[in-house]
Amino acid sequence: MESIIALGIALISAPLFPGIILKIKALFAGKKGPPLLIKYYTLAKLLRKGSVYSTSTTFVFRMGPIVSCAAAVMVFLFFPFAGIPPLLSFHGDAVVLFYILGIGRFFTMAAALDTASPFEGMGAAREAFFATLSEAAVFVVLILFYRMNGSLSLAAYFSGPHAISLAGPQGALLLLVIVSLFMTLLAENSRVPVDDPATHLELTMIHEVMILDHSGPDLALIELGSFYKLFFYAAFIACLISSPIQAGPFANTLLFYSLLTAVYVAIGITESITARLKMNLVPKYILTSFALSFFAIILTMEIF
Amino acid sequence: MGNLLQIKNGEVVERQRIPQVDFARFFRIMTDFVANNGYIVQFFAYAEEGRTKLMAVVRNSNLFIISTVVDSEFPSLTLTIGTKFHLFEREIAEQYGIRPAGHPWLKMVRYHANVTGKPDVFGNNYRVDIPGKYNYFQVQGESIHEVAVGPVHAGIIEPGHFRFLCSGEEVLHLEIQLGYQHRGIERMLTEVPQQRLPILCEAIAGDTAIGHNLCCCQAIEALACITIDRGASTVRTIALELERIANHLGDLGALSGDVAFHPPAAYFGRMRGEFLNLLLVLCGNRFGKSLIRPGGVSQVMTGEQRDIIKNKIKELRPEIEHVCNLLFSAHTVLARFEYTGTVGRKMADELGMVGYCGRASGLEYDVREFFPTECYADLPANTNKVTNGDVYSRAMVRQEEIMHALTLIEMLLAKEEEPHRRVSLAAHQLAPDSFVVTLNEGWRGEVSHCLLTDSEGKIARYKVKDPSFHNWTGLAMALRNQEISDFPLCNKSFNLSYCGFDL
Repeated sequence: MESIIALGIALISAPLFPGIILKIKALFAGKKGPPLLIKYYTLAKLLRKGSVYSTSTTFVFRMGPIVSCAAAVMVFLFFPFAGIPPLLSFHGDAVVLFYILGIGRFFTMAAALDTASPFEGMGAAREAFFATLSEAAVFVVLILFYRMNGSLSLAAYFSGPHAISLAGPQGALLLLVIVSLFMTLLAENSRVPVDDPATHLELTMIHEVMILDHSGPDLALIELGSFYKLFFYAAFIACLISSPIQAGPFANTLLFYSLLTAVYVAIGITESITARLKMNLVPKYILTSFALSFFAIILTMEIF
Repeated sequence: MGNLLQIKNGEVVERQRIPQVDFARFFRIMTDFVANNGYIVQFFAYAEEGRTKLMAVVRNSNLFIISTVVDSEFPSLTLTIGTKFHLFEREIAEQYGIRPAGHPWLKMVRYHANVTGKPDVFGNNYRVDIPGKYNYFQVQGESIHEVAVGPVHAGIIEPGHFRFLCSGEEVLHLEIQLGYQHRGIERMLTEVPQQRLPILCEAIAGDTAIGHNLCCCQAIEALACITIDRGASTVRTIALELERIANHLGDLGALSGDVAFHPPAAYFGRMRGEFLNLLLVLCGNRFGKSLIRPGGVSQVMTGEQRDIIKNKIKELRPEIEHVCNLLFSAHTVLARFEYTGTVGRKMADELGMVGYCGRASGLEYDVREFFPTECYADLPANTNKVTNGDVYSRAMVRQEEIMHALTLIEMLLAKEEEPHRRVSLAAHQLAPDSFVVTLNEGWRGEVSHCLLTDSEGKIARYKVKDPSFHNWTGLAMALRNQEISDFPLCNKSFNLSYCGFDL
């Protein structure tokens, strides 16, 4: 029961957090900013609209949004929010989940290529390239966790007696991992400094350009999927900062969501004080995050 | 330089005094002139006594004019002399159906039929209006791909078609096709009643309303022998500088927005509004429309308005310095600006670039300094320090010009109040059979209008040139071997006018 409630809260609250990023950015720019619930309004608006399909597209184009959103929801089923055991869990689910996210990405790219637009092809090429690199960064983190925890499931990482967290015995290593994961989060979720979610300039976009042709409910699904994906990465970091305390699920949920908010605030601040990287520096950026985690692995060689 | 006639900015020349030479001599003179650090201000065709003539207004540190008679074809100057002529020759071919033989890239400029009824040089029939109808450059090879952008763009910007020939992320060549906003302004200007000229000129390019209108009004004043009040001159100078500040601020904001550095974008956007509001204080229109009229200005600047402007500038100057500091001290921003979209001095010189784009590449040409009008002769000139020709230089020039313009306005307002009267639109008798060319440093660069009157004092030919006409090719060159993802940034650093080019 608790698991279902935790899942429900996560699914419902995910669109709230990008609103926080917008608020922080507006604050830095000396503006009032959109209301916190802006993303819910956007979703409601998009869902009321109809979808327009180009005559050159096929069923692949229509599948893109559904698969990418479904993939993101799948991940939620395995995630122990606030240390509450998830609905599903098995040994090795961490590996599977990242590849399920990969399937979502694959279909988004396939849908983009299906439009035969030169922009979208370009965006898909960039996305594929950068995702390949960040996959390496993520898997180095998983290797490290396996060495620390001996497990390959999210539930074992973030709940139970052997939960990984800053307060744990190998907490110092996690500092590196948190920085590395934060960098990956920005890259994977098309945030500044890798991509700019606010830009209207199609030639500079990475993720946004792939979804230019989607409209109405399709676009809503894509947006929702991206909220979930961002939520997943942010939750991953939040869990690393502090493992569940001995105080019952309610207090833990509160702790989890405050940490989560902190991660989103950090994203907002990062976006306000940095400009975008030149596109040819993005691989270096992602590989830096890889290198950080890899360094953490090297350090574990001494410990164990 | 035998047959070149030296003139002054805004000087009326009787048409019979304009030197006319045969084409061979014209060709030699042009070759010499351009080889010795000469640039083209205007080069256009016009009809006189049933024949087609070419008129060239050229400059080094002085202004010169010369004309020649041509038939349906003439040997291309672009081919032998240089790139400075290339767009002018294409325009001549399009407007008057004269072929510059051997032109290396004879392509239509704005896609419209010529005025003479001669067969079209480009082989188009113009039954359907499709400016992009043309075989674009092609590059072939395994990893080559084309990206076509526009004419309809995301965001509220003007229409223009950009064709990128890329190898992966690298741009090998960018081809720019404009003409989607061609309204036939030059022709309209010869047909409408004289009172409408300033109103039309304010609409040539909405962001250069004052720059273009000033050229028009100065030309009419010259032809009608009107001298304007000293006070009116001051108001005009202040208005031109306010327009410059507002646009430069807007551009700096847009540049920071393009690299996703949002706080300065918001601050600059707000301050741009403050300066537009000062124009509103001057004349009741945020873009300075209706302020400048032949004979003076339409609104008198009183002590109250002077105080508002003075106080506002005092208030905003530190804020501008602060935000510029925020922008130019962020290393992530500098990493994007520096070495991006570089146009070297040599290239800029070959293309004859003007305005801040030219100055950012080290071409020290500023109409305010070279051919001053209004109050500029009494005011100090600006020298920009960063001249690498990249996005950073173009941004820095803007910052320096904003600071310089603020000082100019403060100097003008520090003078005693000068009485001037308000003028309203009226038709003036223009000198018959005359020619006049006016130049002003609009915020983008050298704006120039040429007027030729007929024997009754009616305008027979009106030639408009926006600085963008010189600089668009510069943008194409800046993109060579750049990443395609840097195009929006390069484009914004040039910020050229589409409608000013399309006319």
